[in-house]
Amino acid sequence: MQKTQTVFDEMNGEAGNVRYPYEEYQKWLSEEDPARLRRKSTAAEAFFRRTGITFNVYGREEAAERLIPFDVIPRVISGREWARLERGIEQRVRAINAFLHDIYHRQEILRAGRIPRELIANNDAFLPQMIGVSPPGNVYTHIVGTDLVRTGENEFYVLEDNARTPSGVSYMLENRETMLQMFPELFSQVKVRSVSDYPKHLRRSLGDCAPPACSGKPVVAVLTPGIHNSAYFEHSFLADQMGAELVEGHDLRVVDGRIAMRTTQGYDPIDVVYRRVDDDFLDPLNFNPESQLGGAGSMDVYRAGGITIANAPGTGIADDKAIYSYIPEIVQFYTGEKAILQNVPTWRCAEADSLAYVLDNLEELVVKEVHGSGGYGMLVGPAASKREIASFRTKLKARPGNYIAQPTLALSTVPILTKKGLAPRHVDLRPFVLVSPRNVKITPGGLTRVALKAGSLVVNSSQGGGTKDTWVLEE
Amino acid sequence: MILKISHLTKYRFEEPVHYALQQLRLLPKSGVGQNVVYWDVTVTGGERELEFDDQFGNHVMLVAIDPGKTDISILCEGEVDTTTLHGVIGPNKGFAPLWLFLRSTPLTIPGSRVAKLIKELGTDHETDVTRLHALSRLIGEVVPYQTGETHSETTAEEALIAAAGVCQDHAHIFVAAVRQMGFPARYVSGYLMMNDRVEQDATHAWAEAYLPDLGWVGFDVSNGISPDDRYIRVATGLDYQDASPISGLRLGSGGEHMDVTLQVQQ
Repeated sequence: MQKTQTVFDEMNGEAGNVRYPYEEYQKWLSEEDPARLRRKSTAAEAFFRRTGITFNVYGREEAAERLIPFDVIPRVISGREWARLERGIEQRVRAINAFLHDIYHRQEILRAGRIPRELIANNDAFLPQMIGVSPPGNVYTHIVGTDLVRTGENEFYVLEDNARTPSGVSYMLENRETMLQMFPELFSQVKVRSVSDYPKHLRRSLGDCAPPACSGKPVVAVLTPGIHNSAYFEHSFLADQMGAELVEGHDLRVVDGRIAMRTTQGYDPIDVVYRRVDDDFLDPLNFNPESQLGGAGSMDVYRAGGITIANAPGTGIADDKAIYSYIPEIVQFYTGEKAILQNVPTWRCAEADSLAYVLDNLEELVVKEVHGSGGYGMLVGPAASKREIASFRTKLKARPGNYIAQPTLALSTVPILTKKGLAPRHVDLRPFVLVSPRNVKITPGGLTRVALKAGSLVVNSSQGGGTKDTWVLEE
Repeated sequence: MILKISHLTKYRFEEPVHYALQQLRLLPKSGVGQNVVYWDVTVTGGERELEFDDQFGNHVMLVAIDPGKTDISILCEGEVDTTTLHGVIGPNKGFAPLWLFLRSTPLTIPGSRVAKLIKELGTDHETDVTRLHALSRLIGEVVPYQTGETHSETTAEEALIAAAGVCQDHAHIFVAAVRQMGFPARYVSGYLMMNDRVEQDATHAWAEAYLPDLGWVGFDVSNGISPDDRYIRVATGLDYQDASPISGLRLGSGGEHMDVTLQVQQ
């Protein structure tokens, strides 16, 4: 692809001098024998494969999905940079929870005309069954994975809010574990904030959201669709790390007005279910009757205050890509503050002017499906062939409301280790956010996804991306 | 008027039940035009698990059928004091926004038959209310009341094609057409005391439309009137599925038979 914008390299900066956050790492790297580094890289892969296999004892098929390439060069963020990201993310997540409460109650934001009614009324992500539900602490998004990209020293953009069931946190934990194994001396030289407490914080955060019916220590369970789900290893890993039960739909019954799980001693009530099952499959009595992945009656028990569902059903209305473009207004409306983190400028193709602009500039834009995810069904204009653009143009004209478009951002790069030494590759960042009635907690770090192909801007693992350990420095 | 209700629903399963849940929307609330003097629900063969209010404000009871049973019965007995309001329920209450009632559902998707109906109705009416009364009459003519021609999953379009149907079909056609005309509309299930009898065939269903001047107004297509003090509203929703008296889910094989005995009297 052609590059017209300058690309910000997070390690080497613009003038080619190592940027401040990487100074200590660079010192270590310059003393490191390149051959040893390469050996460690191979060892890291083997370490990963080994852990990967323990994760995959339940289902061989997932092994292929599981082994996402790992790069040993860390992505480093200074404490000061992180503090600003943290403030921005917390503000955004609080606004999203206020929005969700409002949209399922009085809908003040619609009455005030700040977002168009049609955007909600004609949106399949609005879940009527959530109308009038106030979950404990009014927390709707217990776990959020905000996708960020960087284009300059102080330029961060939120790409997606991922308020449904973000995955990938197990990579954050494993990547760090691998780095600690491979380079223990490095961590005594560079002060990196720990991420390993995440499962403990997740457990506590979910427990803090226990429903009124909970008596005593909250019982947490992870609901997985089962071994055939591509993220199964993460579900079992998190359950194990939290000391929570891993359950499937067929383990669940309504007993004494609660959702209870089958145990060797009978049925035990669940207080908080961390569900990794989509809304539609969550409860065959209230949603898709064909689903065998959820617990029948879950919504009834939820509405009666007998269980907390994390994340709440219906949160998709806040991370729909058409709603995304209104998040700055949403932040302003509920917090009275200007958004600290910027949105990527977004053209809503449902609007005639925007559609005309997008059709005229397809070669330069990224076009995404409003409900799409995982990098599927999108067009990256600068990287697309004439024919791909032509066929996308037809789709876009047929259903403009189904698409949004954004400029092709010059995503920042971080070096990866290649056969020929270090080479820059584009990255994004997904920090993991825990929301409880007490606080909003952001683990210092997150999942850095990296496009392994030179020049590629698509970081999704399904599209050939890899991952890196993400360091936030103690300061 | 005080209406006395005794409503017995019996299910018989061909195979003993392994695990089954039933949602009961059989609990009328006091509100505009009706005051619930008392209301008792007796479940035999199952456990009352919990109660909650759903997104439409309906009071719902969740029942788990006892494992191994082949019979469950649900008896509702109560007295409701009603007043005649000529169908006018008034302002929209609760959190369900009016725009929600403009959404069509699988049972109420408007098609060519609904379009034809609206065309036939014309626009030559003095007010919105007279227009909707005319619509109600028209549906009654086009789809005469007849049992056995439709079932609980028949759509509004299908009932128009069949040119026969019951109160559920009438209500579905009415809400489909009214939404198409730009007014919010909802389905209502409840009780009706037919004047000539104590033993009623089944629970009743009608529809409500939201008009800017009056708020919610009821229309009973099957009887060609707006509800009066012989009606008790029990549950509302976008269609039958939202408001049906009993909806359930059962693990296991074998068929089931349902039998309803309903008395509504003064």
